[in-house]
Amino acid sequence: MSEIPQDLRYTKTHEWIMKNDEGTLTVGVTDHAQSLLGDLVFIEAPEEGTTFQEGDDSAVVESVKAASDVYAPVDGEVTASNEVLGDTPEIINNDPYGDGWIYKIKPEDAGAFDALMDAEAYAEFVNSGDE
Amino acid sequence: MGKHTPLYDMHISQGAKMVDFGGWDMPINYGSQIKEHNVVRTDAGMFDVSHMTVVDLTGDKVRDFLRTLLANNVDRLKDKGKALYSCMLNEKGGVIDDLIVYYVNDTFFRMVVNSSTREKDLAWINKHAEAFNVVVTVRDDLTMIAVQGPNAREKAHLALGTEIAAQIKDTAVFFIKFVNDSDMGEIAVARTGYTGEDGYEIMLPKEHASTFWAKLAEQEVVPCGLGARDTLRLEAGMNLYGSDMDESITPLEAALTWTVAWEPADRDFIGRAALEKQREQGVETKLVGLVLEDKGVLRNHQKVFIDGLEGGEITSGSFSPTVGKAIAFARVTSNIGNTCKVEIRGKQLTAVVVKPPFARNGKSCI
Repeated sequence: MSEIPQDLRYTKTHEWIMKNDEGTLTVGVTDHAQSLLGDLVFIEAPEEGTTFQEGDDSAVVESVKAASDVYAPVDGEVTASNEVLGDTPEIINNDPYGDGWIYKIKPEDAGAFDALMDAEAYAEFVNSGDE
Repeated sequence: MGKHTPLYDMHISQGAKMVDFGGWDMPINYGSQIKEHNVVRTDAGMFDVSHMTVVDLTGDKVRDFLRTLLANNVDRLKDKGKALYSCMLNEKGGVIDDLIVYYVNDTFFRMVVNSSTREKDLAWINKHAEAFNVVVTVRDDLTMIAVQGPNAREKAHLALGTEIAAQIKDTAVFFIKFVNDSDMGEIAVARTGYTGEDGYEIMLPKEHASTFWAKLAEQEVVPCGLGARDTLRLEAGMNLYGSDMDESITPLEAALTWTVAWEPADRDFIGRAALEKQREQGVETKLVGLVLEDKGVLRNHQKVFIDGLEGGEITSGSFSPTVGKAIAFARVTSNIGNTCKVEIRGKQLTAVVVKPPFARNGKSCI
């Protein structure tokens, strides 16, 4: 079974979102997603200052098997990008919720985080197999 | 539910992620494809390849039959036990399948063909065998395990025991040896493979498959899935049937001209006339190796651009753990130069044209 931390929020496209103190959100891909993708070999993370609408292609994670888009979970502007992933994409496999974060985004709507799926709903979604 | 090999339960117990592969439930990996890939380049890994089809061909005229059936010439096989890689062509020169044939003795050759092509291969072989009174026996009673890597043979010897090891250890590269094991009965050990590393492909009675697999595991031979098998064969410059060639492609268009035996000129193998015509006229497309210079991953069916014009597509593409870059085979128009562009997710990235293999015997060739 994949790990689903309680304090994060989630999307149906398998991104996780963490709320930071300074009002930004950190975005990554879930343990379930990295396990489906297999060994990651290439990550294209967005540049600082890029703006996204919810659902935009915001990053690409490529494994030996396939390429997969990472969708922006909310409207907002990218404030940081995890540059370490360029040389060591496997961090996402090893630590998807920690060092494997992909980017930070400042949401346009401060309340957007609360509207996202919580851990329980995401677990149910993954187990239902509707993905 | 797909077909199961005799090792299915073993794969599940070892944590394999199973996928459908041409109707068979096969392990794609046991956790990490890259780790499995690397262990074969540096130590020893094992693959369940019992979905492949082992066909025994027997009869007084079996050599004459194979001289007709195959584009490569079995007369190149002078020593008993020697193996030959060949394409089996249709009348138009298209590749029905690629295969390995082992010369066991003058009335017995063993052939290993692909799993996805099994039915059409057997129909074709049987159709042409009749005129030569060759008996075609499909060996579904056997299982095939490939043990590959620089330490593979040594570890296989330990798993097989000293008595068998003594009989097989001097088997030369690309030879097969039949031996009688006191527990397993007759087994065939071939020093062949699909990874670019040394090793064996071992054919044994299927009821002993799990026991033998466990013995290999005791010697720390690592189970590897079809994912690693694919990246290993791609690095080694070996074609995959169905991706890099099929019935609409000739060996001359698939970088397999080296497997076509033109001499003697009077050997009239199936497809010869079509191939000779193509050789005279020249081929319009060819299969080349590509290494991506930019960051990204080459994938099957991505488009290749030559001097700004679309000029082909990737037939097998992946990230190469050994080279550390994306590599591929691409079928392209013959005017390709030293570099080309590949369209990846809407962007044109630069790739260098190379002659495979990309990696062999543990090392990058790039």
